Amino acid sequence: MELELRGITKRFPGVLANDSVDLTVRSGEILSLLGENGAGKTTLMNILYGLYSADEGSILIDGEEQHFEGPGDAIAAGIGMVHQHFMLVPVFTVTENVILGVEPTTGPGVLSMAEAKREVEEISTRYGLKVDPDAIVENIPVGVQQRVEIIKVLFREADVLVFDEPTAVLTPQEVEEFFGILRGLRDAGKAVIFITHKLREVLEISDRINVLRRGRVVGEADPATATSSQLAEMMVGRPVDLVVEKSDAIPGQPVLRVEDLVIVDERDHPAVRAVSFEVKAGEIVGIAGVQGNGQTELVEALTGMRTVLGGRVMLGADDVTDYSPRGMHRSGVAHVPEDRQRRGLVMSYTVAENLVLDSYYAEPFSRGVIMDWDAVDDNADTLVEQYDIRTPSVHVPTSNLSGGNQQKVIVAREFSRNVKLIIAAQPTRGLDVGSIEYIHERIVQQRDEGAAVLIVSTELDEVMALSDRLLVMYEGAIVAELDPKQVTNAEIGVYMAGGRS
Amino acid sequence: MTDHEQPSIDPSATTEPLDEGSTLFRDITGVGLDWRSALLVPVLAILTALVVSTVIIALTDLDALRMWGSDPAAAFDETWDTIFAAYKALFQGSFGSIRAISETLVGATPLILAGLSVAIGFRAGLFNIGTEGQMLVGGMCAILVGISFSAPLFIHLPLALLAGALGGAVWGGIPGLLRARTGAHEVITTIMLNFIALRLVDYFLKTSLFQAEGRDDPVSQTVATSARFPRLLGFLDRSDVRVTFGILFALAVAYGIYWLLYKSTIGYEFRAVGYNPDGAQYAGMNVAWLYVGVMAVAGAMGGLAGSDQILSVLHRGTPGFSAGLGFDAIALALLGRSHPAGVVAAGILFGALRSGGQQMQVATDLSIDLILVIQALIVIFIAAPALIRAIYRVKTGKSTEQLTRGWAA
Repeated sequence: MELELRGITKRFPGVLANDSVDLTVRSGEILSLLGENGAGKTTLMNILYGLYSADEGSILIDGEEQHFEGPGDAIAAGIGMVHQHFMLVPVFTVTENVILGVEPTTGPGVLSMAEAKREVEEISTRYGLKVDPDAIVENIPVGVQQRVEIIKVLFREADVLVFDEPTAVLTPQEVEEFFGILRGLRDAGKAVIFITHKLREVLEISDRINVLRRGRVVGEADPATATSSQLAEMMVGRPVDLVVEKSDAIPGQPVLRVEDLVIVDERDHPAVRAVSFEVKAGEIVGIAGVQGNGQTELVEALTGMRTVLGGRVMLGADDVTDYSPRGMHRSGVAHVPEDRQRRGLVMSYTVAENLVLDSYYAEPFSRGVIMDWDAVDDNADTLVEQYDIRTPSVHVPTSNLSGGNQQKVIVAREFSRNVKLIIAAQPTRGLDVGSIEYIHERIVQQRDEGAAVLIVSTELDEVMALSDRLLVMYEGAIVAELDPKQVTNAEIGVYMAGGRS
Repeated sequence: MTDHEQPSIDPSATTEPLDEGSTLFRDITGVGLDWRSALLVPVLAILTALVVSTVIIALTDLDALRMWGSDPAAAFDETWDTIFAAYKALFQGSFGSIRAISETLVGATPLILAGLSVAIGFRAGLFNIGTEGQMLVGGMCAILVGISFSAPLFIHLPLALLAGALGGAVWGGIPGLLRARTGAHEVITTIMLNFIALRLVDYFLKTSLFQAEGRDDPVSQTVATSARFPRLLGFLDRSDVRVTFGILFALAVAYGIYWLLYKSTIGYEFRAVGYNPDGAQYAGMNVAWLYVGVMAVAGAMGGLAGSDQILSVLHRGTPGFSAGLGFDAIALALLGRSHPAGVVAAGILFGALRSGGQQMQVATDLSIDLILVIQALIVIFIAAPALIRAIYRVKTGKSTEQLTRGWAA
């Protein structure tokens, strides 16, 4: 079969999300849709899936025009979507999740679980998905949960499978397995649309590449001949430096010393197991690892948001273990939090208000309990200028800004005071290339001015590019200390998966 | 980033709210809406409620209903007269004379204070359903000061108000503390504390501490004149113009709350917790203690509302003297979009409905309960903003916060 999107245009208030996009995908090929966050990839796929209706343009299957009123119509037409965030019921088994909404019955209201299970097993073997139909979803790894999503789509007899940023949650090993599955689906005659912003993956897996920028298809590339830098340039619209420019670090005195730190999570399970490391002035230490291996808890403990069970945190000569967030802040720790919208910003507050979120209580922004809004505004005007925050005014709610500019608000606030230590978790997650470059530059600049920097990121490329020293975390422990200049992604991947080389 | 990029707006931020739950909260409470959206829904809700009430008035005129079959023209005239008479009485009873305006303000005063009590909670993301109980406890404290001694007015009245505010603050602070320490939801705890307050009042009114001499029923002694709010228009020397300086006090308190919310670090913290407790924690605020603080301030407002009931109007305590005003206050805070200026406007509207409703009841056959119907309809339409949007085919716009700087701006 052949799926064609013809002249799709979608407008949102103030934004042209899709601008007459043409796109074709056929059975037996993998089409990659490459673009930055906000380029319109997800909007386009939501139109294809019937979640939005296009303002102009049409969707054709084998030349026949389709009208999707909702996802139900799209599914009926053979389109399946694997979302970035899985839509699974954690306490259900694999089979129960797969049949949810299309339960096979033997009579009115009588479930036919045995038949469902047989079919799940059949799909699982045919496409090499290796899933136990009786496993409870919350007990299986993320990579396997993703396969459950794939089975769900196949169970509904999809011919076109759309994957929205599917590799974001996977380890390098899981990505390889996932690519194997994609090839299997292609060879079985399915059409696959792979949405991503990761250049390396696109070059590895695609049969064809379409690049989307600002809602428009700006080009098509052949993965056999295209290079990363060509694709990056198409994606961003100008030449892009893929490596972070930085000189060798000149480490000074240790600023942060973590000694045998033990932390438990909300359910009292050990999250960090006796971790020790140090970060010196003038160096960037990166912590790599698959999400959920204790990095979040570690960062929270180091920034005063979580109490520790044992061990010490030393800042210079001071013991700052279990300081409050404000205590850490006052001691000269800057924190770029992992979840910027939930932690780092009050989205309904204006840009100016957010720029004093952790310093509002002291001069010059307030005297006693009286806020000095003029000082707050002056501060905002200065920082917006200095950190190139694109906003129509400092008085608009921060939720109106793009992700990149929201992150710049946080970076501006945290870096603009005298800091000894910067702790940045996922500092560029979900940002466009321009913002990523900018934030990386600022981090390196802080290092060169003598700050100690700790970067925690699940994006391996990011920690590799930024770090002077690299630690790998697995199941709450630091399993390796590496020199990023002398290891390969594959080697780190082995450590991230808990193996030893 | 170089110059080629425009200030970009993230489509996901403008079209898809992050969280449906919080959007609903914003739509209903008005917290986080820009002022145009914040005004649009209440105005349309009042309008719609009046239209529906008009239909109800028409349907209550049984004579006219019987006539529709035989003589539609006369029936129409009859119905029209009924509706006209009702609204005329409603207006005359609320704004038609000095006495009417005075009664409107008498009703508005405790409502404004109680409305502030609920509104502060909304601004900080808390549902204070306990204003009724806070009014009772605060009112009892004010009575105690008012009956225990006599002193010059400028000492006695402030002391009575202070006692009322403190009593309410303690009563409101308890659910705050429970929330902070144990996570107990304030909706449940405040409702339960209402019941407790109600029965405590019954009990205390029969103790020698409060009970009027020679009475067997639960009625308190009368507070000293020096603890009462003086009549605002006392120079007119008319006993039916009851409005006191309480209304000016309530307006001053409303401004004080506005100042607290938008001009002080405390309000900055209250609102930050309301929008995003995780962000507030990150920013170094003590979220648990802020919950206690918010509820204490909200309770103090409730306590002042109860005190005003006593010191302006009743002058003594009877069982349930708060008379459900603490529950009306929830409706009022919603209508006032949880902003002090909105609460003042909504308080005056509710005061007017109350005062006009009495006139309406006297002048026509309509029950004053119709007023409760109107109030309830207003709240339903506000609580279901989607309904209003569907009826009037309007968009209430993006949810944004523009209320932060100017009074009512």
